[in-house]
Amino acid sequence: MEDREKRYNNRLFIIGGFFVVCFFCSFLLGRYPVYPATLVKVLLSRFFPIEVTWPSQVETVIFNVRLPRVLMAALIGAGLSFAGAAYQGIFKNPMVSPDVLGASSGAGFGAALGLFLSFGYGGVSLCAFIFGLSAVGIVCIVSSRVPYNQVLGLVLSGIMVSSLANAAVSFIKLVADPTNTLPVITYWLMGSLASIRQKDVFFAAPWILFGIIPIYLLRWRINILSLGDEEARSMGIHTGRLRLAVVLGATLITSASVSVSGLIGWVGLVVPHLARMLVGSDYRRLLPASLLLGGSFLLIVDNVARLITTSEIPIGILTAFVGAPFFLYLILKEGNRL
Amino acid sequence: MELMIKDLEFSYQKHPVLKRASFTLKGGQLICVLGKNGAGKSTLFRCILGFLKGFQGTILIDEIRQNDYSERELAKKIAYIPQNHNSVFGYPVIDMVMMGTAASLSLFGSPGKREREKALAALKIIGIEGLKDRIYSQLSGGEQQLVLIARAITQEARILLLDEPCASLDYGNQIRVMRELKSLSEKGYLVVMSTHNPEHAFYFAHQAMVMMEGRVKVLGEPSKVLTKELLETLYQVSIDIYKDEGSGRKICMPGEENQICGNYTTVL
Repeated sequence: MEDREKRYNNRLFIIGGFFVVCFFCSFLLGRYPVYPATLVKVLLSRFFPIEVTWPSQVETVIFNVRLPRVLMAALIGAGLSFAGAAYQGIFKNPMVSPDVLGASSGAGFGAALGLFLSFGYGGVSLCAFIFGLSAVGIVCIVSSRVPYNQVLGLVLSGIMVSSLANAAVSFIKLVADPTNTLPVITYWLMGSLASIRQKDVFFAAPWILFGIIPIYLLRWRINILSLGDEEARSMGIHTGRLRLAVVLGATLITSASVSVSGLIGWVGLVVPHLARMLVGSDYRRLLPASLLLGGSFLLIVDNVARLITTSEIPIGILTAFVGAPFFLYLILKEGNRL
Repeated sequence: MELMIKDLEFSYQKHPVLKRASFTLKGGQLICVLGKNGAGKSTLFRCILGFLKGFQGTILIDEIRQNDYSERELAKKIAYIPQNHNSVFGYPVIDMVMMGTAASLSLFGSPGKREREKALAALKIIGIEGLKDRIYSQLSGGEQQLVLIARAITQEARILLLDEPCASLDYGNQIRVMRELKSLSEKGYLVVMSTHNPEHAFYFAHQAMVMMEGRVKVLGEPSKVLTKELLETLYQVSIDIYKDEGSGRKICMPGEENQICGNYTTVL
């Protein structure tokens, strides 16, 4: 119905507005108080000559501490939800999350290895990123040799490679120095945005954006692929290439996110569901809605993470606390539609 | 349009499924393909559609080898209508039908007004324009099948392959779907469908094709080629065929139990 489309479009617009509000409010929240008026003035002062009436710490807090963190939370939340939504389509399975092909586990192993070998801060991120990509690369190569059912091959080899990577992480933990390396690895794997600095944004943001582009351009075709391979092929879709393009994009997004933030689960699984409830299944609307909702979601959770207690709670724990019950609610309420 | 199959052979791993199947079909006809489970009907379809690679023999579509078509070109020649299935995500019917235009859109394109009108026209041809705003996954099996047929029309292919379109439909919907398919064949489409019900062939088909063990056993006018003996050998139960004096149509019915048919005795 034209009505339904209009309603969905309105909701998409509201989701966009909500994201903008979340984004700006996140600058205001934290131990150091920043007032809305000051924030607006400080931000504008970058573009217009405005008389400085605020202490210089405010500027430091906004630009050096909160800006990278807010940007990263928004991008990682948006990216993971986006990748999750895309994966659910190409695997025709609403229970799939963006780490199904081993990107997160691979990156986790890379990071653990980097920390074990005491690489520097940037080295750990790079190592995580490379291992995340390699894990999915191995999965793709293995599954291309599976005769007939390629999708099943992908998912199963993804599970296997993830298990291998997890086993390797456990092994590294076992042999790591229990007084300093082990806690660092454990803490890293919990996922946190507390240590995000500008250089992390410069490292991860381009990859995340670069991964989003191909998927966004192919958004309408993901609808067709979600009906199944044979059906999509019979409509003239080159299913293998389309799936590869989406996998490549989603892997860049996931590996880059995990490499700077650690493992943040549930976002990529839960947010696409919420988006689907609000704007329907059509990927032309679902993908932008997942981006915006995912960004808002992680911003909110990150704000809670840094406000709720004096020492920060790793965000990966919080997303699980929020995500798992919400998912349970979805199953109970819409079990037949999942 | 013309679909010509010559000496088609295909094996899954080492298990041969199609053994030198050959036939030629022309447009303007409804063809029912009969055969037991495992006789090679689906494999035949999947070879023609390019889902299965590595077959032996030739498939000619409008005198061009199937391997020489790109995915896109092939989609403009042949449309495939799978058994009605529940799509995981709920798409509105109109969007579902518009997906048929994928082969004529650019890689990054998405359908606009023109495609929407094409889809509406297709829904009108099938007579289900009233369903356009419903959610596909919430429709009945028969309605879903009709939507998929409308999508095939939007695809602008003139050969339609249907994999048991009437499986799991109630009696009324079976007849509705068959009537729609027949009327499409009379508009010039070549409609090839597999079915497990010989009645479909008797009532609606221009030709019946019977497949046995990977070969085309017979191909011809249903009332002539679907004999009692053939159906009994095919299904290994006793079957009686009657002629309705009023309409001149043939009807088949289960025969006596324990009756010897072919080389088998049915004992229940």
